[in-house]
Amino acid sequence: MTSSVRPRATSHLDALESEAIHILREVAAAFENPVLLYSIGKDSSVILHLMRKAFYPGKPPMPLLHIDSTWEFREMTDFRERFARQQLGLRVIVKINEEGRRAGVNPFDFGSNAYTEVMRTQPLKEALTEHGFDAAIGGGRRDEERSRAKERVFSFRDRNHRWEPRNQRPELWNIYNTWRRPGECLRVFPLSNWTELDVWQYIEREQAPLPDLYLAKPRPVVMRGDDLIVVDDERMRLEAGEQPELRTVRFRTLGCYPVTGAVESTASTIGEVVQELIETRYSERQGRAIDRDEACAMERKKREGYF
Amino acid sequence: MTSGTIAPALSTTAVRPVEKDLLRFITCGSVDDGKSTLIGRLMLDVGAVYSDQIAALQMESEKHGTNGGEIDTALLLDGLEDERQQGITIDVAYRYFATEKRKFIIADTPGHEQFTRNMATGASTADLAILLVDATKGVLTQTKRHAFIVSLLGIKHVILAVNKMDLVAYDEATFDAIRGDFKRFASKLDITDVRFVPLSARHGDNVAEPSARMHWYEDGSLLHQLETIYVGSDQNLRDFRFPVQWVNRPDNVFRGFSGTIASGSVRVGEEIVVLPSGKRSRVRSIVTMDGTLDEAAAPRSVTLTLEDEIDVTRGDYLCRPGNQPHVGRTGEAMLVWMSETPLNQGRPLWFKNAAGRAVCEVESIRYEVDVNTLHRKQSDTLRLNAIGRCSLSFHQPIAYDAYEKNRKTGAFILVDRITHETLAAGMFLDYGLSGDLAGSEPRFLPARRVQSPIDDSHRLQRYGHEPFTVLLTGLPASGKTTIAKHLEKRLFSRGAVGVLLDGESLRHGISKGLGFSKEERSENLRRGAEIAKLINDSGQFCIAAFCAPEESMRQQFCEIVGRHRVVHVHLDASVAACRLRDTTGRYLAADNGEIYGFPGVTAEYETPATPDLTIVTEELIDLEAAAGKLIERLASGICSGGGSVAVAKS
Repeated sequence: MTSSVRPRATSHLDALESEAIHILREVAAAFENPVLLYSIGKDSSVILHLMRKAFYPGKPPMPLLHIDSTWEFREMTDFRERFARQQLGLRVIVKINEEGRRAGVNPFDFGSNAYTEVMRTQPLKEALTEHGFDAAIGGGRRDEERSRAKERVFSFRDRNHRWEPRNQRPELWNIYNTWRRPGECLRVFPLSNWTELDVWQYIEREQAPLPDLYLAKPRPVVMRGDDLIVVDDERMRLEAGEQPELRTVRFRTLGCYPVTGAVESTASTIGEVVQELIETRYSERQGRAIDRDEACAMERKKREGYF
Repeated sequence: MTSGTIAPALSTTAVRPVEKDLLRFITCGSVDDGKSTLIGRLMLDVGAVYSDQIAALQMESEKHGTNGGEIDTALLLDGLEDERQQGITIDVAYRYFATEKRKFIIADTPGHEQFTRNMATGASTADLAILLVDATKGVLTQTKRHAFIVSLLGIKHVILAVNKMDLVAYDEATFDAIRGDFKRFASKLDITDVRFVPLSARHGDNVAEPSARMHWYEDGSLLHQLETIYVGSDQNLRDFRFPVQWVNRPDNVFRGFSGTIASGSVRVGEEIVVLPSGKRSRVRSIVTMDGTLDEAAAPRSVTLTLEDEIDVTRGDYLCRPGNQPHVGRTGEAMLVWMSETPLNQGRPLWFKNAAGRAVCEVESIRYEVDVNTLHRKQSDTLRLNAIGRCSLSFHQPIAYDAYEKNRKTGAFILVDRITHETLAAGMFLDYGLSGDLAGSEPRFLPARRVQSPIDDSHRLQRYGHEPFTVLLTGLPASGKTTIAKHLEKRLFSRGAVGVLLDGESLRHGISKGLGFSKEERSENLRRGAEIAKLINDSGQFCIAAFCAPEESMRQQFCEIVGRHRVVHVHLDASVAACRLRDTTGRYLAADNGEIYGFPGVTAEYETPATPDLTIVTEELIDLEAAAGKLIERLASGICSGGGSVAVAKS
């Protein structure tokens, strides 16, 4: 099948796509043992799609790593198995902090800080060390949160997976410094220059598959503080007087279900999501308790190795 | 309504989003020029800040703000904890916003002492620069520095934003004076498009909307300029350059070369050349997951397959045979030094460009640019934030273009091989052999010829022999160095004074950085000839051992040294004999294509037609016989001029 060159000039989505593919190929070529951190959210779904494009007709030459906090939405883990593992036939590594699970670490009793540290950051660091990964690709975008605006595309981490903002490598043109010593690792963010809207427009244009949680439908929810929490399974601890009710909601961002706020919405197709997004006055992360804990919470978590 | 509900848009432009074009720009200004305020204002006015972020900003403005409780837009930008607590800005930050017409990426660089490094970083990916000037201060040294770096990094469009117009009563004359000042200065730089916008970032005049207080200004707001400026022509659409990033071999059938088209375009069926190997083929297909293409252009990332099974690896360039970049082992470049550790000349460093990596050395610093005066000064090192022009040599041939002609294939970084720190950003200058550069003015007055005060006859008396040069030529491993050494020993023991000059040894010093192309081999021999001439001029003998595979090169050698002084000795041995004798592995490497243009294997070796002497070294190198023959020859006199070369000092 042969089609001709698109007559129009390069659009911003074309430019961002090309840049991201360049970054993904650079990772494959310059590192011995890279991995894609696959969180099953929209950003890592876009990266997975870009990865298929970058190495077509070959398969992406690296495994996927999912840090399973055990509190993800069931639909996310289903999607991981059905799409990434079965349909695409990719190698998917699932890492769970078993010790944390045995100790019953959950977001209700431990606070989101300690919970995140035990069920996400720790197993992530362990998995990286265990498998000897020297590059870990993530879906971080610079528009998400203020400390991310200064994050590099190829972000250097020391042997303890720590990020030091004063010690970052300058990043020039599209020529990335990929040198590292044994034990050192780089985090790579191919979507650095994308905004939330870019991601959704791209998903719409490319018909990239992602979990249905992003589309509005009636779901059982409780109102907790300012957040609409979806009751995803029987482990959800209801407080006195709380009675789940069906509301038409969707998610702008996905994390652990007990700490991820949904938004009321009627957008049930990707096109409607895009439209809704250009009209909203609220930022993407308003539903994530983890960012609001205290000022600069994200920066501190990152210094300690959080993605 | 809960905050979890999506509120209706403030703007009524609920149109379908479309794919837009992308403008990357950098903002530069000194500490108090109001840069953060301007960017914050711009983002606020175009609606790039969400309500919950504005609410947070309001709280912070009351706590840390400098605007008397009003929203301090500068606080939007200083994101890092250290920055907000200590009031410092650490590094380049990237911001994003979009209007109906365009998507924008801002590289926001701090104006502090590390500005050169940070600015170069931000400017490297930008199409346009906003230079901020304080209307109460006018064009400062700092403004000129910024403009110089912007020009050096190849940005063709500059908007001079004259801020704080509110503090000069929106006065047109003040603006005009600043505009005139900057225009005069910018004419010295390589910036093709300069625009001027008077504005007040604090009050929003001429930022997103035209100001009612500056009716005299009619060119539209800053945002209007950003939305309409045309940067498409900055792209190099002419020269097809495809750095191979990744060889895609999913199975035994498919073999494709993946990369991002750096410039130009390519069509199926077109002939291409692989650099640096020089092998040729044709494009069989342009593969993408969305289907194959007939043609693809920069900046697309694609996968190409070729008609022939030729060797192509990561780091190679695919180009058109009639339009190739320079390939060589030397280069001239501007460096922006980014490390606390100063440049140490001659130390091997990692080099990385669009295609791949190599080892390189900075051979010399031609000059350093004083960024305050733009004058050139002598320097033997480059320190943090210094900019200088340097000569580089590479341990393998590198393909590159001049940065001026191609921002993608003319750029590179240097990385420390031990610490892995990014040391410098580099931009290649127009190339030319041995550093003769097109378009650069001569730096010295024409050279004079200095006459020695010592008479030739006095030298003859002192040394007991006339000066002469023995030129030993032959295939690699034909015995040149071995015979040369033995001859030197014999001559030395007889009291003669002289120097042994070996073509290979020259490459460690005098010819460091020269490669093995025909031109570079010829240049190495030319340098050898000039040295032999100097040695002979001083009354001493010279034994010169060079492969010299071409007759014209040997002739040139004799002309430079003086025909009457040279005995040309050809060491005669077949390629097969030399290959057997070779212990250095070079023949093997040449067979495997690791060495480029190897005489007798992959390059022609012209047997000398009329050497002064031929010594056959096919079976063995009989040193005594060879040296004896040579000395006999020298003693019998060689010169057509009649005098004899008296080797013996009786």
